[in-house]
Amino acid sequence: MRVMAQLAMVMNLDKCIGCHTCSVTCKQAWTNRGGVEYAWFNNVETRPGQGYPRQYQDQDKWKGGWALNKRGKLTLRTGSRLRRMLNIFANPDLPSVADYYEPWTYDYQNLLSAPPSDTTPTARPKSSITGEDTKVTWGANWDDDLGGGPAQIGRDPVLGKLSEQVKLEFEQTFMFYLPRICEHCLNPSCAASCPSGAIYKRAEDGIVLVDQDKCRGWRQCVTGCPYKKIYFNHKTGKAEKCTFCYPRVEVGIPTVCSETCVGRLRYIGVLLYDADKVGEAASVRDEKDLYPAQLGVFLNPHDPRVVAEAERAGISAEWIEAAQNSPVYRLIVDYQLALPLHPEYRTMPMVWYVPPLSPVVDVLSQTGHDGEAVGNLFGAIDALRIPVEYLAELFTAGDVGPVRASLQRLAAMRAHMRKVNLGEEVDDSIAASVRLAPGEIESMYRLLAIAKYEDRYVIPDGASSDAHRLEALTTGCSLDGDGGPGMTAFDVMAEKFRLTDTNGAAPPDKAKRVNLLDWDGVSTKGLFPTTGNGSSTGNGSSGNGSTGNGSSGNQPAGNGSSGHRPAGAGAAPEPGAIA
Amino acid sequence: MSTLLWLALPYIALTSFVVGHVWRYRHDQFGWTTRSSQMHESRLLRLGSPLFHFGLLAVIGGHVLGLLVPKSWTEFVGVGEGAYHLVSVTAGTLAGVATAAGVAILLYRRFTVPTVRQATTPGDKVMYALLAAAIVTGMVNTVGENLIGGGYDYRSSVSVWFRGLFTFSARPELMAGAPLSFQVHNVVVLVLLGIWPYTRLVHVFSAPLGYLVRPYVVYRSRDPRRPDANRYARAWGDQHQ
Repeated sequence: MRVMAQLAMVMNLDKCIGCHTCSVTCKQAWTNRGGVEYAWFNNVETRPGQGYPRQYQDQDKWKGGWALNKRGKLTLRTGSRLRRMLNIFANPDLPSVADYYEPWTYDYQNLLSAPPSDTTPTARPKSSITGEDTKVTWGANWDDDLGGGPAQIGRDPVLGKLSEQVKLEFEQTFMFYLPRICEHCLNPSCAASCPSGAIYKRAEDGIVLVDQDKCRGWRQCVTGCPYKKIYFNHKTGKAEKCTFCYPRVEVGIPTVCSETCVGRLRYIGVLLYDADKVGEAASVRDEKDLYPAQLGVFLNPHDPRVVAEAERAGISAEWIEAAQNSPVYRLIVDYQLALPLHPEYRTMPMVWYVPPLSPVVDVLSQTGHDGEAVGNLFGAIDALRIPVEYLAELFTAGDVGPVRASLQRLAAMRAHMRKVNLGEEVDDSIAASVRLAPGEIESMYRLLAIAKYEDRYVIPDGASSDAHRLEALTTGCSLDGDGGPGMTAFDVMAEKFRLTDTNGAAPPDKAKRVNLLDWDGVSTKGLFPTTGNGSSTGNGSSGNGSTGNGSSGNQPAGNGSSGHRPAGAGAAPEPGAIA
Repeated sequence: MSTLLWLALPYIALTSFVVGHVWRYRHDQFGWTTRSSQMHESRLLRLGSPLFHFGLLAVIGGHVLGLLVPKSWTEFVGVGEGAYHLVSVTAGTLAGVATAAGVAILLYRRFTVPTVRQATTPGDKVMYALLAAAIVTGMVNTVGENLIGGGYDYRSSVSVWFRGLFTFSARPELMAGAPLSFQVHNVVVLVLLGIWPYTRLVHVFSAPLGYLVRPYVVYRSRDPRRPDANRYARAWGDQHQ
């Protein structure tokens, strides 16, 4: 047994209203830069729908993820390592920007500067890549809310796997939203396909990151990821991806997408797993066995033997405790409500989903039935083949059993809690019918419906206490903070996000680094190695208040792209200039 | 003139090549990339890029054989001038045609696809000009001189001069006596070598051969945190003092 810890996420799709707040805040935090205009580390897609990039789930076309070869051995779908090396000069399976969408902006200036005329001036769409006039024909959520009708939605690759009759009915039947980030897989195919070895999985928390210094732009990872969650920055020539907001979770606060989620549907917690079992679990022959196989990889953090092994593996007491209190473990293992997204890609994804019951409830209510009566719900789950079969194609490689079981537990929770809330006599047989005790159902309800902040996010390094302190910044007295009188909110934030170089995360020579790409044609700053006493303050950017080099610029870990942006913000500050 | 071109220039170029690479490797890992434009355009690239790259690998192999292996060695193993000439001209022409066709497609793509043209930096333009010139003059040497023309035994002059550079006993007069097209090719390539480390051509030296043997998934540990007892004094000292 080799115990490793993983930060994992669960999203409760029942509560997603498709508001895209997660996408927008993520974009503002991470991809609001040149070269990744088209990239959304977090996106929300309507199912059924084509997704983003278009039809990314069609692996016959995009060749993402793993597959078993003729001898039953796990290999990347693109073939052997040698084959990828031979394709290195031109990747035959690389999506183009058009497959995502051509990013655009509007010529707002024209609204103000247009000369007097008979017609109202317009803001024309301009391509963000070329700056030329463009026609807006697709976007990251173009088919939102089934927009575009059957002509567009019919191209959903998941729908293609369902039977004809089901396909004909889907439109009237259901729709739901699927927010997606990088899966931070246990068996990441992006990392496996990276020729340079630049993509790595962090041993402590399992976050998958791209080392911006080691990436050489071979683009194999974009193809390797079946979720198409690696993006090629066409300006820097480097791959970028969701970082699980590592600068935030490292200090115990949730990712930006989770923090800003209006529906409070995201859960973050620690899972312990047996790294020795991952390869075997990913290689099971029948795709429908992949979900149970992955469940078998997770370890029970309450088992003293597991705890002992975890301690031996150097996992801290704080992390083990977090694993024991993990909401993610409860949803995935205890209640078996959450299911993995496309386990058939064999990457062992670690962002799981509670399937949505609301389409079923809606259908019942619309047809005049009581949508919360357990009998009706159970019947509807079985009768409405469409949602269940579709969800099974998403979450269990087509096996309807686990999806039905999960939906039934959600249905039972609704029916049970209605009786509790209405003060009716509680019917224990409801809980028993889904093999749960009434107490378990109520605790499940607290986790899913009440969903308190500190229950949703159990992140080591003092998640809840830090969150409270951050909240206190807006309402409380800043003098209460660590450091006493005179400590400003900015001080707390700076400490929180480690804007300073005191955590030693940045390489020692960071401030002296040279980057020819920074040249803007005018300033020679950053083009030549700095001399003298340049290293005393490291990359501390605290002086100018920019988050550039401080937090995300620590090179070895991640997309530290903000550390490399031209024009000021990211350029290494002259250490002397701060004082 | 002869000394400048065939003694000073090669040493300047090769020094720049070596020192430039070391300097850039140490200071600009982030800029070290292919900066691929395949996201913008794939169809032409899939045609031109493999032609160019595989052709160029053969061309480089040919240059190693022609420049670094002394004539006496090949003769020792029984390959006469006639046989060598036949092989080098045939293989050289094939590889050269592939490379030239590849670079022609890629340059056409650079000029005609707006997004790709926009992604081209001034440095790229200089590099492409030199690269194209090197390939064209190289083709003139192989096809013009050695295939259609009478054939020039560069192994008795150019190669000897080139090897002399590395033993610090170069004889510039050998190069000065070579046909003009060889001289032009030589100058172009030397300049290209000189600017090499400052262009995207550096990606040649990150050919990921290690991929064939490394484990699939790479694990890495976070940097161990330095214990810092007096965090605030350090972090804010510069600002408030």
